[in-house]
Amino acid sequence: MTGLTGLLLIFGSLGMPATGDPQSPAARHVSPRYIEQSFEETAVPNMVTSVLADYRGFDTLGEVTVIFTGALAVLLILRTGREDDENENS
Amino acid sequence: MITGQQTIVVSTICRLVAPFAQIFGLYVIMHGHSSPGGGFQGGVILASSFMLLAVGDGIEEMRQRFSSLAVTVLSSAGVLLYAGIGVVCLLLGANYLDYGILPGPDPRSLGMLGIEIGVGITVTAAVVSIFHDLMTFE
Repeated sequence: MTGLTGLLLIFGSLGMPATGDPQSPAARHVSPRYIEQSFEETAVPNMVTSVLADYRGFDTLGEVTVIFTGALAVLLILRTGREDDENENS
Repeated sequence: MITGQQTIVVSTICRLVAPFAQIFGLYVIMHGHSSPGGGFQGGVILASSFMLLAVGDGIEEMRQRFSSLAVTVLSSAGVLLYAGIGVVCLLLGANYLDYGILPGPDPRSLGMLGIEIGVGITVTAAVVSIFHDLMTFE
Protein backbone atom coordinates (compact mmCIF):
# COMPACT_ATOMS: atom_id res chain seq x y z
CA MET A 1 0.00 0.00 0.00
CA THR A 2 2.79 2.40 0.95
CA GLY A 3 4.74 1.45 -2.15
CA LEU A 4 1.67 1.98 -4.32
CA THR A 5 1.11 5.45 -2.84
CA GLY A 6 4.77 6.26 -3.40
CA LEU A 7 4.59 5.12 -7.01
CA LEU A 8 1.47 7.21 -7.53
CA LEU A 9 3.23 10.27 -6.05
CA ILE A 10 6.26 9.72 -8.30
CA PHE A 11 3.95 9.30 -11.32
CA GLY A 12 2.17 12.52 -10.37
CA SER A 13 5.44 14.42 -9.96
CA LEU A 14 6.38 13.57 -13.59
CA GLY A 15 3.73 16.02 -14.75
CA MET A 16 5.17 18.95 -12.79
CA PRO A 17 6.72 21.88 -14.68
CA ALA A 18 10.51 22.07 -14.78
CA THR A 19 12.25 23.94 -11.97
CA GLY A 20 12.49 27.64 -12.80
CA ASP A 21 10.19 27.38 -15.82
CA PRO A 22 9.01 30.96 -16.47
CA GLN A 23 5.87 29.65 -18.19
CA SER A 24 4.73 27.46 -15.29
CA PRO A 25 1.34 28.36 -13.81
CA ALA A 26 2.87 29.42 -10.48
CA ALA A 27 5.22 31.90 -12.17
CA ARG A 28 2.56 33.58 -14.33
CA HIS A 29 0.04 34.68 -11.70
CA VAL A 30 1.42 37.34 -9.30
CA SER A 31 5.19 36.78 -9.49
CA PRO A 32 5.80 39.17 -12.43
CA ARG A 33 3.97 41.91 -10.56
CA TYR A 34 6.21 41.43 -7.50
CA ILE A 35 9.38 41.31 -9.59
CA GLU A 36 8.54 44.33 -11.71
CA GLN A 37 6.73 46.65 -9.32
CA SER A 38 7.59 45.82 -5.72
CA PHE A 39 10.34 48.48 -5.57
CA GLU A 40 8.12 51.23 -7.00
CA GLU A 41 5.25 50.29 -4.72
CA THR A 42 7.09 49.73 -1.45
CA ALA A 43 10.51 51.49 -1.79
CA VAL A 44 12.10 48.38 -0.28
CA PRO A 45 15.00 46.88 -2.28
CA ASN A 46 14.65 43.42 -0.71
CA MET A 47 11.89 41.72 -2.69
CA VAL A 48 11.60 38.84 -0.25
CA THR A 49 10.89 41.20 2.65
CA SER A 50 8.38 43.23 0.64
CA VAL A 51 6.42 40.06 -0.15
CA LEU A 52 6.78 38.67 3.38
CA ALA A 53 5.96 41.83 5.30
CA ASP A 54 3.70 43.79 2.98
CA TYR A 55 1.86 41.73 0.34
CA ARG A 56 1.65 38.76 2.70
CA GLY A 57 1.63 40.72 5.96
CA PHE A 58 -1.31 38.90 7.44
CA ASP A 59 0.42 35.54 6.94
CA THR A 60 3.52 36.81 8.76
CA LEU A 61 1.34 38.02 11.64
CA GLY A 62 0.08 34.44 11.89
CA GLU A 63 3.64 33.08 11.90
CA VAL A 64 4.64 35.40 14.75
CA THR A 65 1.56 34.34 16.66
CA VAL A 66 2.52 30.69 16.15
CA ILE A 67 5.99 31.32 17.62
CA PHE A 68 4.44 33.23 20.52
CA THR A 69 1.97 30.42 21.15
CA GLY A 70 4.79 27.86 21.05
CA ALA A 71 6.75 29.76 23.70
CA LEU A 72 3.56 30.10 25.75
CA ALA A 73 2.89 26.35 25.55
CA VAL A 74 6.44 25.49 26.67
CA LEU A 75 6.05 28.01 29.49
CA LEU A 76 2.76 26.54 30.65
CA ILE A 77 4.02 22.94 30.54
CA LEU A 78 7.52 23.37 31.98
CA ARG A 79 7.35 26.35 34.32
CA THR A 80 4.93 24.82 36.84
CA GLY A 81 7.60 23.01 38.88
CA ARG A 82 9.98 25.92 39.14
CA GLU A 83 7.56 28.35 40.80
CA ASP A 84 7.59 26.08 43.88
CA ASP A 85 11.40 26.17 43.98
CA GLU A 86 11.39 29.96 43.85
CA ASN A 87 8.86 30.10 46.69
CA GLU A 88 10.96 27.75 48.78
CA ASN A 89 14.09 29.80 48.21
CA SER A 90 12.47 33.11 49.06
CA MET B 1 23.03 21.28 33.39
CA ILE B 2 24.84 24.59 33.08
CA THR B 3 25.70 25.71 36.61
CA GLY B 4 28.14 28.57 36.05
CA GLN B 5 31.22 26.56 37.05
CA GLN B 6 32.94 27.02 33.70
CA THR B 7 36.66 27.55 33.19
CA ILE B 8 37.82 31.14 32.86
CA VAL B 9 38.56 30.61 29.15
CA VAL B 10 34.96 29.69 28.31
CA SER B 11 33.54 32.41 30.52
CA THR B 12 35.76 35.16 29.10
CA ILE B 13 35.26 34.18 25.47
CA CYS B 14 31.48 34.06 25.91
CA ARG B 15 31.50 37.53 27.51
CA LEU B 16 33.67 38.85 24.67
CA VAL B 17 31.60 37.41 21.82
CA ALA B 18 28.12 38.09 23.22
CA PRO B 19 28.05 41.90 22.59
CA PHE B 20 29.17 41.45 18.99
CA ALA B 21 26.51 38.79 18.45
CA GLN B 22 23.92 41.19 19.88
CA ILE B 23 25.05 44.04 17.61
CA PHE B 24 24.93 41.71 14.60
CA GLY B 25 21.44 40.51 15.58
CA LEU B 26 20.20 44.10 15.86
CA TYR B 27 21.82 44.89 12.50
CA VAL B 28 20.07 41.95 10.83
CA ILE B 29 16.72 43.08 12.26
CA MET B 30 17.12 46.76 11.33
CA HIS B 31 18.53 46.01 7.88
CA GLY B 32 15.98 43.31 7.08
CA HIS B 33 14.20 45.34 4.41
CA SER B 34 17.28 46.27 2.39
CA SER B 35 19.49 43.17 2.70
CA PRO B 36 18.95 39.47 3.44
CA GLY B 37 17.65 38.99 6.94
CA GLY B 38 14.71 40.20 8.94
CA GLY B 39 12.94 39.83 12.21
CA PHE B 40 13.00 36.04 12.42
CA GLN B 41 16.71 35.62 11.65
CA GLY B 42 17.88 38.60 13.68
CA GLY B 43 15.73 37.59 16.63
CA VAL B 44 17.31 34.15 16.74
CA ILE B 45 20.83 35.65 16.54
CA LEU B 46 19.96 38.01 19.39
CA ALA B 47 18.54 35.14 21.45
CA SER B 48 21.63 33.01 20.80
CA SER B 49 23.80 35.76 22.30
CA PHE B 50 21.83 35.43 25.54
CA MET B 51 22.30 31.65 25.38
CA LEU B 52 26.04 32.31 25.03
CA LEU B 53 25.91 34.33 28.26
CA ALA B 54 24.14 31.41 29.91
CA VAL B 55 26.86 29.02 28.70
CA GLY B 56 29.60 31.27 30.03
CA ASP B 57 28.18 32.54 33.30
CA GLY B 58 25.40 30.09 34.15
CA ILE B 59 21.65 30.22 33.76
CA GLU B 60 21.14 32.16 36.99
CA GLU B 61 23.38 35.00 35.82
CA MET B 62 21.43 35.14 32.57
CA ARG B 63 18.12 35.19 34.42
CA GLN B 64 19.30 38.20 36.43
CA ARG B 65 20.07 40.06 33.21
CA PHE B 66 16.93 38.98 31.34
CA SER B 67 14.30 37.90 33.85
CA SER B 68 11.50 35.46 33.15
CA LEU B 69 8.96 38.25 33.62
CA ALA B 70 10.71 40.50 31.08
CA VAL B 71 10.86 37.63 28.59
CA THR B 72 7.15 36.92 28.96
CA VAL B 73 6.17 40.58 28.68
CA LEU B 74 8.43 41.19 25.66
CA SER B 75 7.22 38.15 23.73
CA SER B 76 3.66 39.44 23.87
CA ALA B 77 4.77 43.05 23.31
CA GLY B 78 6.26 42.12 19.93
CA VAL B 79 3.02 40.56 18.68
CA LEU B 80 1.16 43.57 20.09
CA LEU B 81 3.47 45.96 18.19
CA TYR B 82 2.85 44.06 14.94
CA ALA B 83 -0.91 43.93 15.40
CA GLY B 84 -0.88 47.53 16.70
CA ILE B 85 0.68 48.82 13.48
CA GLY B 86 -2.13 47.05 11.63
CA VAL B 87 -4.70 48.72 13.88
CA VAL B 88 -3.05 52.14 13.36
CA CYS B 89 -3.44 51.66 9.59
CA LEU B 90 -7.07 50.70 10.23
CA LEU B 91 -7.68 53.83 12.33
CA LEU B 92 -6.07 56.10 9.71
CA GLY B 93 -8.60 54.84 7.18
CA ALA B 94 -6.84 52.10 5.19
CA ASN B 95 -7.10 48.32 5.27
CA TYR B 96 -5.55 46.26 8.08
CA LEU B 97 -1.72 46.22 7.64
CA ASP B 98 -1.94 48.54 4.61
CA TYR B 99 1.10 50.70 5.43
CA GLY B 100 0.60 53.15 2.57
CA ILE B 101 -1.46 55.45 4.82
CA LEU B 102 1.28 55.92 7.44
CA PRO B 103 3.07 59.32 7.58
CA GLY B 104 6.62 59.82 6.31
CA PRO B 105 8.46 59.79 2.99
CA ASP B 106 8.43 55.99 2.47
CA PRO B 107 5.45 54.79 4.50
CA ARG B 108 5.56 51.18 3.31
CA SER B 109 9.23 50.87 4.17
CA LEU B 110 8.52 52.40 7.59
CA GLY B 111 5.66 50.00 8.27
CA MET B 112 7.79 47.03 7.28
CA LEU B 113 10.60 48.19 9.58
CA GLY B 114 8.06 48.47 12.41
CA ILE B 115 6.72 44.98 11.99
CA GLU B 116 10.23 43.54 11.55
CA ILE B 117 11.10 45.05 14.94
CA GLY B 118 7.95 43.51 16.39
CA VAL B 119 8.84 40.12 14.90
CA GLY B 120 12.40 40.45 16.23
CA ILE B 121 11.25 41.23 19.77
CA THR B 122 8.84 38.30 19.80
CA VAL B 123 11.30 35.78 18.33
CA THR B 124 14.08 36.85 20.72
CA ALA B 125 11.84 36.63 23.76
CA ALA B 126 10.19 33.38 22.66
CA VAL B 127 13.49 31.57 22.01
CA VAL B 128 14.99 32.85 25.28
CA SER B 129 11.80 31.86 27.09
CA ILE B 130 11.93 28.31 25.72
CA PHE B 131 15.63 28.14 26.65
CA HIS B 132 14.86 29.38 30.20
CA ASP B 133 12.14 26.84 30.72
CA LEU B 134 14.09 23.91 29.27
CA MET B 135 17.23 24.69 31.27
CA THR B 136 15.45 25.20 34.59
CA PHE B 137 13.03 22.28 34.24
CA GLU B 138 13.79 19.43 36.61
